[in-house]
Amino acid sequence: MTISLKTIAIAAIAAAALPLALPGTARAGATFDGVKQKGYVQCGVNLGLYGFSAPDEKGQWSGIDVDFCRAVSAAVFGSADKVKYTPLSAQQRLPALQSGEVDLLARNTTRTLSRDTANGLNFAPVNYYDGQAFMVSSKLGLKSAKQLNGATVCVLPGTTTEQNVADYFRANKMNFKPVVIEKNEELHKAFFGGRCDALSSDASQLAAIRAAATASPGDYIILPDQISKEPLAPAVRQGDEEWNNLVSWVFYAMVQAEEKGIRSDTVDAALSSPDPDVKRLLGVTAGNGKNLGVEENWAYNIIKQVGNYGESFERNLGNGSKLKMQRGLNALYTDGGLMYAPPLK
Amino acid sequence: MTNVARILNSAHARGLFYQGLVLSGAALIGWYLVSNTLTNLAKRGVATGFDFLGREAGFEIGESLLTYSAADTYLKAFAVGLLNTLTVSVAAVVLATVLGVVIGVGRLSSNWMVGRFAAIYVESVRNVPLLLQLIVWYAVIGRLPSPRTAPEVLPNLFFSNRGIKYPTLADAGSHAPTLLALAAGIGAALWLARWARRRRETTGRPFPTLITAAALVLGTPLAAFLLNGVPLHLDVPVREGFDFAGGGTITPEFAALFFGLSIYTAGFIAEIVRSGILAVPHGQTEAGLALGLKPGQVLRLIILPQALRVIVPPLTSQYLNLTKNSSLAVAIGYPDLISVSNTSANQTGQVVEAVALMMAVYLVISLAISTYMNWYNRKLSLVTR
Repeated sequence: MTISLKTIAIAAIAAAALPLALPGTARAGATFDGVKQKGYVQCGVNLGLYGFSAPDEKGQWSGIDVDFCRAVSAAVFGSADKVKYTPLSAQQRLPALQSGEVDLLARNTTRTLSRDTANGLNFAPVNYYDGQAFMVSSKLGLKSAKQLNGATVCVLPGTTTEQNVADYFRANKMNFKPVVIEKNEELHKAFFGGRCDALSSDASQLAAIRAAATASPGDYIILPDQISKEPLAPAVRQGDEEWNNLVSWVFYAMVQAEEKGIRSDTVDAALSSPDPDVKRLLGVTAGNGKNLGVEENWAYNIIKQVGNYGESFERNLGNGSKLKMQRGLNALYTDGGLMYAPPLK
Repeated sequence: MTNVARILNSAHARGLFYQGLVLSGAALIGWYLVSNTLTNLAKRGVATGFDFLGREAGFEIGESLLTYSAADTYLKAFAVGLLNTLTVSVAAVVLATVLGVVIGVGRLSSNWMVGRFAAIYVESVRNVPLLLQLIVWYAVIGRLPSPRTAPEVLPNLFFSNRGIKYPTLADAGSHAPTLLALAAGIGAALWLARWARRRRETTGRPFPTLITAAALVLGTPLAAFLLNGVPLHLDVPVREGFDFAGGGTITPEFAALFFGLSIYTAGFIAEIVRSGILAVPHGQTEAGLALGLKPGQVLRLIILPQALRVIVPPLTSQYLNLTKNSSLAVAIGYPDLISVSNTSANQTGQVVEAVALMMAVYLVISLAISTYMNWYNRKLSLVTR
């Protein structure tokens, strides 16, 4: 029996009307519940920024942001390996988090007012205090960014970088010509090939780029002027308070561990410490885990499998890496830096 | 039959009813999608609306036809991006068409080497993705020396990796008579061409149009120039600091996009032209030659006018493709509409509005191109009974 055109028309209209019958399928529901149900954390990271989040030649991810994702996984699941990474470009990162494609964005994202409000995000504590700087060829003989009047500056689109450079040049009554290229590799090729006089980005990124993208890193210097504040922090969506709390206190646990001198190799010994703060941190004294909605040994798992903040920094950005950066503002408050954990009790 | 029965039995009425049902179904789906998006955006606390267009942009744009600075609004930034897209698209369309016609006709040439060269050009250009071609062009142009060592190819014309620097006319006042004379010369040449063609059609007497028109276009401004005392005020590019100051610039980004797009699309246009020419029956060529016309005249006066009917519709598609392909500019740093729009979307966080704006703009441009080409196509059609 052949199906007449009329029947097809009625079936099509019925199928079209079906979504109207279902209630508004907005992605409501706590992110935290979704993560626990899935069994892993979907983490948005960089496409490849050495020191923060980059895959090596075997496809293993490493970096200070990757360590943070693993710490969250260790807190929720007891194992740091229950993470899946989504590499995101600067353009994609905020929409990916807003739409629910990732649960956590650990992608060296600067905390700003508009991102906190108009973009519907909540930021975890700052895990790296950075500033924007310029990298130039040492052949130009420049000593300061104020000598860059009339220069051509390479920037990535859609980052705070573009706006900061424009603001800096306007404030100092200088002109510049931007060259804005979307892909990192093409942008670096343009700078190292001589298309631009200067490359501007966060100082940590410039160090990583210089170490990785050119054969002669000694020919390039990073000018000392830092033209903006770039507090890099992981971010989550607004609307899930438990997830926001957990992610924030995972970070503070790592800082508190460093303050107390607990490392991944000494955490087992620290279990028998008489210090009440340490007992509360490691879950020997119960209470924190229940308040956060995780197991009581959440912080123990983090420190054991990922390490404290200092270990993560040394391994990815400090002397254990190619970058050899100083702690600077990222040192503990007792050493003159800004890392300070509120009491975990 | 009652009225109701008459309506139910009428195929026309039933057709209208079902079409109305499907149309309202589609409209309901569209409304549902939009309202769902808006609800979810509001639930996530993401700002919506087009008010951001009035805010200060805060970013610079590498090249623009309007005077633009970071203190201007997002709306002006969008306008600059749009103008950049249109500039490169129009320029590339012109070069692609000229190149495409030449290569297409060349592939049909009886000269073996010309034919093979055209075939190799078309096959290689059509089969490599455009993005790769653009990146290669950008890398090649990037090999030019830096401004400090740039060669001066002609007096005041520099080829550097910051762009091709050329002298422009400074002091508009002194050049006005010459430019006006140029405009007058062009107008006179066009009028002359029309008059000469009409005279040839009615009386059959030929007229040396090309030479006379060239004389008018070149001679009138030259005369005005000389009469004015040869005032040549040029704004020349001078090496200063990091780059050249003064003069005009063709940036490497524009040049790479321009050449890349033109050469890529010319390959497709060449095939379209070739198919149009082959579509004209060979009898036309034979008749033309039998009447004593030279092969060049046969092509220009008999074949091409008929071939145009076949060429213009696919040519419209190629022009639309070229305009949309210009959005690959983000890969090489040319500040077109997509690039500006992406930056705005990322800075304000309003991705949905920015993408909707981009889609609307491209839709308008494409509709404009196809409307014009369809009008041109209708003009070319043979009037049959």
